[in-house]
Amino acid sequence: MSTLHTVNKSPFEKPSLQSCLDYAGSGGAGAVLLLEDGVYAALTGTSVEQRVKSALDSVKVYVLGPDLKARGFAEERVIEGISVVDYAGFVDLAAENDKVQAWL
Amino acid sequence: MSETIKKFLYLNRRAPYGTIYAWESLEVVLIGAAFDQDVSLAFVDDGVFQLTKDQSTSEIGMKNFSPTYAALGDYEVKKIYVEKESLEARGLTLDDLQHLVWEDEDDDYAEKDSIHLVTRAEMAAIMDESDVVFSF
Repeated sequence: MSTLHTVNKSPFEKPSLQSCLDYAGSGGAGAVLLLEDGVYAALTGTSVEQRVKSALDSVKVYVLGPDLKARGFAEERVIEGISVVDYAGFVDLAAENDKVQAWL
Repeated sequence: MSETIKKFLYLNRRAPYGTIYAWESLEVVLIGAAFDQDVSLAFVDDGVFQLTKDQSTSEIGMKNFSPTYAALGDYEVKKIYVEKESLEARGLTLDDLQHLVWEDEDDDYAEKDSIHLVTRAEMAAIMDESDVVFSF
């Protein structure tokens, strides 16, 4: 079954992203959506950039644009290969996949 | 009003909006500014994200409280310490942060930088020298 994995915690504060990527990457086709404080994982130049980039080989990664903007970051700061989506895109992702699994 | 002046340190370690810590800290700092104390603000770990410029919250339905940091100088809060190591781990430089200043009335109201970039060792010393630490 395809799963949309969501991460809403900062990768610098909690291991939620790390756990999510470890599972999501080894499972079937799925997607990861970064939102709320999870959007910091989508930025270039951070200490977790390489981990996120390596995940792009096995899973599609999305980031919620409104949460990026709220925190002061433009789309230019997002790692290449990660797609920026709005709320409608979030709904589409939820609808396209069989279920949503949240990594709190 | 000639009570002993204590060194207050507000320690900010959380990103804004995801939790209420950043906003609560700012509220307490502004309330605390009414009391004549020696106030310093420290931003470490994800706390450095609180000071990013260009925050725009219209699409998430939350109040953008980032402009309030620019008012801290008017409340005599002029010692804002940002940890270098925390910025670097997050791919940030001082250019990504707001330019915060205070006016020095003893120097013809010259605008002076409030933000001081410090190393982890320097931040440890700032914490050590404080009488009271408020953690957020």
